[in-house]
Parts: sequence; structure tokens; C-alpha cells
Amino acid sequence: MAETLIADQHAHDAAHAHQFDDVEQQRDAATMGMWVFLATEVLFFGGLFASYIIYRTLYPAAFAVASQTQDIVLGTTNTAVLIISSFAVAVAVYGAQTGRRRTTIWALALAIALGVVFLVIKFYEYYQKYVDHHVPGPSFEFPAPYTEPAKMYFTLYFLMTGLHAIHMIVGCGLLAVMIIMARRGDFTREYHSPIENSGLYWHFVDIIWIFLYPLFYLIGRHLE
Amino acid sequence: MPERIVTVNVYAKILAVLLILTATTCAVSYIDMGRMNLVVMVLIACAKASLVALIFMHLRYSRHLMSIVAVGALFWLGILVALTLGDYLTRGWQ
Repeated sequence: MAETLIADQHAHDAAHAHQFDDVEQQRDAATMGMWVFLATEVLFFGGLFASYIIYRTLYPAAFAVASQTQDIVLGTTNTAVLIISSFAVAVAVYGAQTGRRRTTIWALALAIALGVVFLVIKFYEYYQKYVDHHVPGPSFEFPAPYTEPAKMYFTLYFLMTGLHAIHMIVGCGLLAVMIIMARRGDFTREYHSPIENSGLYWHFVDIIWIFLYPLFYLIGRHLE
Repeated sequence: MPERIVTVNVYAKILAVLLILTATTCAVSYIDMGRMNLVVMVLIACAKASLVALIFMHLRYSRHLMSIVAVGALFWLGILVALTLGDYLTRGWQ
């Protein structure tokens, strides 16, 4: 009798793994695991942010002048693009929570499209840096007396936006997998941790950019 | 903890606020306020990041455990930055 009851419970709740008391505990465990991962990501980027803080403290004038060479229109556009894509991902998670599969799929597709727009703009900016000889290396050029510290600014620029861009590419891949899973009908009102956690990743990458934008594009504008 | 579902309406309002803050920080960066420029743009960035974390990432509606992990990440970041700067900024004392 007891065995039948247990078997019944499991049959009713396919999303509920054995080791958890209930679906809510299972969901909280998945969410917390993702937040711990994001904490390690904060420190991953944190080393670069610490480097930025040190060199910007040592060479404030050079960083201001170097930041003025950035294209403010492209940078601001990219910030808006990324924020809108985060909104799209939030809507996709909402769709999964409420069983609106079409909403989820279209919102995810929009987020990926915006992510690609961001990357295209970013790589165009990289190309522009190449044309302007602002890529640190043998052909690097920047007016004296800021040549060397400006090289540090652009090194940090490429490292930080590059690491961010890699995260964007990974994020687009994650969201693409979420579209496949959503189309397959893997998500229910009870079980949607994969899409929730992919969303957390995407929003985290958005937050990184929210800080990169003022640090690389805006710090020297008032001195122009 | 039961999942609290946030409506699209709320997300849309947050989106609007985030875009307004982006426009604000961009515009304000052209006004010469000396050292305050950096302070203002970092504060606006923190406000934007908090909105994303609290609403889009559901921190406000999740168990406090998630917030503790998030604050813990910032705490370790603080140690990293404070100790490194403590070294670099005090090298010229001799």
C-alpha cells in the first residue's frame, strides 16, 4: 500500500527528482547553484576590474584621453541593445513560468538576435581600433605623452570587452538550447530551472556591460 | 519558497527606467563636475545593476539565501580591490 502511494506520487510529478523534499526545494537548490557560479564569475571579472581601478588611479589623464577615442554612439547603442535583450529574456522566463510556450520561444529568439546585433557592433568597433592603430602591439600608435598608459587602457579594453563578448557568445548558445528545449515542451509551470538559470547568466553578462560602458566610454567625456 | 511570478508590465517599467538611466549617465558625462563625474556614473551603474539583479534576476522575490550569495560575491570583490589598492597606493611612502 505504502509502495503504491510512493510510486503514485512520482508518477504524478515527473519534474520532481527523488533527493528533494518537493519541487520548490529542488528549484531553490538549482537557483542557488547558479548564484554560486555567478559569484565565481564576479571574481573572474573582478581581477580585471581591479586592474582597471589600479591603472586608472595611476594614469587618470591618459585614460580620459584614450576613452575620448571611443565611439559614444556605438557604445550607448550597444548598452541599450543589451538592456532590451535582458528584458526579452525576463519575458521568456515569464512565459515558461506561466506555460506560454510561444511567448518563451519568440522572446528568446529576440534576445539572441539582439545579442548578435551587440556582437556585430562590438566587432565593428574592434575593426575600427585596428584601423586607428589602437590595438596594443607593434603597430600601436597614440600621441605622446600618453602612449604607454594609453596602451594599458586599450589592453584592458580588449581584455574586458573581449571576455564579455565571449560570455555573450556562450549566452547566445545557451539561449539557443533553451529554444530547442522549449519547442520540445520540456518546460512546465513547475519545472523551468534551465531557462531561469540561463536567464540569470544573461542578466549577469548584462550587468558586467553596465559597468564596462561608463568605465571605457564615458570617463573622459567631460574633459573634451 | 513558492515562486512569485512577476508580470511583463513590471519588467517593461524596469526596462524604461534602465534606458532612462542609460541616457542620463551618457548626458551627464559631458558636464564637467570634476571628480564627481566618476562618482555619479558609477552610482548610476550600481543603480542599474541593482534593478537588473533585484527584478530581472528575481533576487527580490527569491529566498534570502540567494541575496547572501550575491552580497558575498561583492564582499570578496571588495577584499580583492581593497587589498590590491592598499598595496599599490602605499608604494611611494619611502
